[in-house]
Amino acid sequence: MRGKRKGRQTWTFSCVEVLAGAAIAGPKEGRGPLGDRFDIVKDDELMGMRSWEQAEMCLMEEAVRLAVLKAGLRPEQVDFMLAGDLLNQIICCNFTARNLSLPFLGLFAACATFAEALALGSLIIEGGFGGAVLTASCSHNKTAERQYRYPVEQNVQRAPTAHWTVTASGAVLLGLTGGRVRVTHATIGEVVDLGVKNPNDMGSAMAPAAAKTISAHFADTGRSPRDYDLVVTGDLGEFGTALVRELLFEEGIDIMDRLADCGLMIFDEKQDAHAGGSGAGCSASVFAGHLLRELEAGRLNRILLVGTGALFSPTSYQQGESIPCVAHACAVERLEGGKS
Amino acid sequence: MDFLLAFIIGGLICVAAQITLDATPLTPAHVMVLFVSLGAIASALGLYQPLVELAGAGATIPLPSFGHALVQGMLEEFKLSGWLGLISGGLKATSLALTVAIIMGFLTALVFNPRD
Repeated sequence: MRGKRKGRQTWTFSCVEVLAGAAIAGPKEGRGPLGDRFDIVKDDELMGMRSWEQAEMCLMEEAVRLAVLKAGLRPEQVDFMLAGDLLNQIICCNFTARNLSLPFLGLFAACATFAEALALGSLIIEGGFGGAVLTASCSHNKTAERQYRYPVEQNVQRAPTAHWTVTASGAVLLGLTGGRVRVTHATIGEVVDLGVKNPNDMGSAMAPAAAKTISAHFADTGRSPRDYDLVVTGDLGEFGTALVRELLFEEGIDIMDRLADCGLMIFDEKQDAHAGGSGAGCSASVFAGHLLRELEAGRLNRILLVGTGALFSPTSYQQGESIPCVAHACAVERLEGGKS
Repeated sequence: MDFLLAFIIGGLICVAAQITLDATPLTPAHVMVLFVSLGAIASALGLYQPLVELAGAGATIPLPSFGHALVQGMLEEFKLSGWLGLISGGLKATSLALTVAIIMGFLTALVFNPRD
């Protein structure tokens, strides 16, 4: 029984619509090229809270509440919430779900969490197990620095190939009717590990996983890069994006000018973000704040969002393990004729 | 001339550390330990003290001087109190720097909040 599965690892959806999206960003992200696309830009990274972690929870909760509000619903009308972040035990999402009193599934796929949430949320809607599903993820530069690198208080110099974890959150409400954009496919990626051990060069570590998922998506669906206006990876940065292009080319896929990267879109070169933005909030905020609007406005018709995640922990890295990576892809397109 | 030598020697030590940090996968913690260890080895071989006499602060401010102070403290204490001095001498000689670092760190954490 193949049913709604296409090829080896792709799900097809016929009735999953994006009802609303919301994106909240921190001050550095607000000064970037997409600054005016976010619903709210915070002018202070602490956001009036006592800790960076509380500030990140604040980002998450505001994005989630705003997405529900923009869809014209009340929080209690949401059936399920699927979300994740980068902190130990995904506390930002757990605590946000507590405040919202929603049936909640916590997810972790590092920076691919948003794509994973979108894929699983679509599965719930398509399967008839819910009519309004909230998907979200967030990250905060200062909590991620402490979690994965060095606490900002330690004032350690950053490596030139290091990414800049974005302070941002993105939330999307999926439903059955009422949207202008729909999710049509999700390709679940396999975990790929080519032995990269340097956590300051995650773009190169994640690129093979992204290339594998993108080529699997094209093989499963019979589509090609021509079928998409954009293939947007999550946070590969400069080095990783170049590597994906090369890897796909070796497989006979010419991605042409269709390849973009959320991490490169969110900051410009003058912002000293080194390899580009990263983090679970990167693809979430760029999708909910920018790409979704472009789709709704008709400036984009169909995109493939490829969330890319490095699945390591500080412990595994300190013990000398390499960095396994995963990428999940979601095909999102504009509904013809606007609201259905 | 003293200023110039301090500037050049101190600068060269920092350049070496920066290149190590940028060109290798070593973390800042690795580089710190490496340079303290190099200073200790150079000190034990009798190479670091001439550098201090030549460059003054240019050699005493950068990290290797901490290794130098550890080793010289051990050797001095060895002369005074024998083998046990090898164990106690290092920290004795560096206690001022360590205590100031801890107290200043604590006071700074009390007064200031981290920000971007």
